[in-house]
Amino acid sequence: MTRYIIRRLLINIPVLLGITVLVFLFTALAPGDPIAAYIRPEMGDNPILRAQLTKELGLDQPLPVRYFRWISRTVQGDLGFRAVGGQPVASTVMNALRNSSILMLTALAIGCLVGIPLGIISALRQYSRTDFVLTTLTFLGISTPSFLLGLGGLYVFGLKLKMFPIGGMVTPGQPFSMVDFLQHLALPALILSAGYVASLMRYTRSSMLEVINATYVSTARAKGLRERQVVLIHAFRNALIPIITVIGLALPEMVGGAVITETVFSWPGMGSLLIEGVSGRDYPLVMGISLLIGITVLFANLLTDVMYAFVDPRIRYN
Amino acid sequence: MTQSELVTQPKVEPVQEVKAISSPTRKALRRFRRHRLAMFGVCVIIILVIAALLGSETAALTQDLKNANKPPSAQFFFGTDRTGRDVFARTLVGGRVSLMVGLVAVVFSTLIGVTLGALAGFYRGWVDMVIMRLVDMVMSFPVIVLLLCVVALVGPGIFKIMVMIGMLTWTTPCRIMRAQFLALREKEYVEAARTIGMDDFSIAIKHILPNAIAPLLVYMSFGVATAVLLEAGLSYLGLGVQPPTPSWGNMLNTARSISTMERTAWQWIPPAICTVLFVMSVNFVGDGIRDALDPRALNEK
Repeated sequence: MTRYIIRRLLINIPVLLGITVLVFLFTALAPGDPIAAYIRPEMGDNPILRAQLTKELGLDQPLPVRYFRWISRTVQGDLGFRAVGGQPVASTVMNALRNSSILMLTALAIGCLVGIPLGIISALRQYSRTDFVLTTLTFLGISTPSFLLGLGGLYVFGLKLKMFPIGGMVTPGQPFSMVDFLQHLALPALILSAGYVASLMRYTRSSMLEVINATYVSTARAKGLRERQVVLIHAFRNALIPIITVIGLALPEMVGGAVITETVFSWPGMGSLLIEGVSGRDYPLVMGISLLIGITVLFANLLTDVMYAFVDPRIRYN
Repeated sequence: MTQSELVTQPKVEPVQEVKAISSPTRKALRRFRRHRLAMFGVCVIIILVIAALLGSETAALTQDLKNANKPPSAQFFFGTDRTGRDVFARTLVGGRVSLMVGLVAVVFSTLIGVTLGALAGFYRGWVDMVIMRLVDMVMSFPVIVLLLCVVALVGPGIFKIMVMIGMLTWTTPCRIMRAQFLALREKEYVEAARTIGMDDFSIAIKHILPNAIAPLLVYMSFGVATAVLLEAGLSYLGLGVQPPTPSWGNMLNTARSISTMERTAWQWIPPAICTVLFVMSVNFVGDGIRDALDPRALNEK
């Protein structure tokens, strides 16, 4: 197992380097003048200042040199400064990352708590009316785009029914209170959880159906175990693999944030930050965010594979 | 076994039996027609497409400041927008733009994916290595993140969006094609084609591509939904199709500000509903196609 993890880490190194090169080239080759963002309009277009800045920022160096400078600083956790405003990218990104993870983790937790049990029920009563209703709902849930669901939800529950605050993380101008925060969290988290509920329900149902008629499940019943034990311990554990895949695929979103849905709810997470960076052509910010997302995806994939072996001892890597 | 038994063994099938056997294509079509949600999806898509084609561009672009922000009435079914343009006409024409972006983007992505996937599967070795690592890298990022980054570079615009969506979503068709090529390139009939002197390109087109049609069709139907959604998202943020050209996405832009979202709800609700209806219908159809073409269901009556 350890050897497998190490091997996977080693395989990921070239891909990781590739990602850093891509991210670097992306900004290096970007059209537009990187210096312009650093010169305030009232300073005018001064060639001496321009030359000085070019030298200071190291832009007179050849590309490979610039890449190695950038990467060695990045490895130390220094992502540079934002072109707009000048705050350090690393701390801005960390703040947004925290906000996004709170939102996405809540959504995923709701998704697991609702989706998995419903999926099991749906599978146990295959072809019943409950199953039919649940499968249809799943289908609708998977096909409804979350940001449009967000717009609708914000309009109906936020503006018309006034059940939830209309966006943001806290009420501005008020001291932080947990109740206020949870009220702001509820609507976006519920909307985002719809997709997780639907996909977890669908995968749980189909993988439960695959194991529910297996001989070891009959054996467990024949031994006289209680139905609850049969379903939860003997069947469910073997149905976990696809569920872990869904959760593994959700991990990068935890870091990337629900890009557009966050904007709908003015949630100050990674998605909103990325859009801010793109709209303001803030390249250092965009670079930092995309690098972080890329790295997370690699690790999420690795983690998913390791989890497979953990829940299903039949899987052996070598 | 005696000689006479061997001779009499094969029974002649009655002629009627032959009629009852239908081709796999016909069987698939029949299964598709029986998929109720998929048929519903087809109807909705047909209605939306006809409506989109009937939209009048002049009505969608004519401004009339005296009639700005009017709520729905007999004259303007869906009311008017900020500059007095007819929202109904804009929804129709916007549909045309959004659907076109979706279709063109999918065609782009399929062409790129099929070509690269075929190269990887056919030549294997280092070509395969390079292409698949490229796939890994592109797939390391959520499409919307990549798309936003590229928009930051090249700027918005309808044509750019189509090309960019295509260039970022080719990984799925690429993997489908590669898998087909890897599986089929050693098959006897491909070997035979090579023996009679057929060139690689013809072999790929005539003998391998047809086998990948089913999964590619499924990909393309889901792909159109994805592309329409990506366009809607980008344009909602003001980074996609630029006004005055309407698209379902940029009509949603009104909903970005809470005050206009509430006061002039008729401006963004129609395109939002159309987008949801279209994306859902396309997903239903894609599901129907997948079920209909599922080889596991082929022998079922």
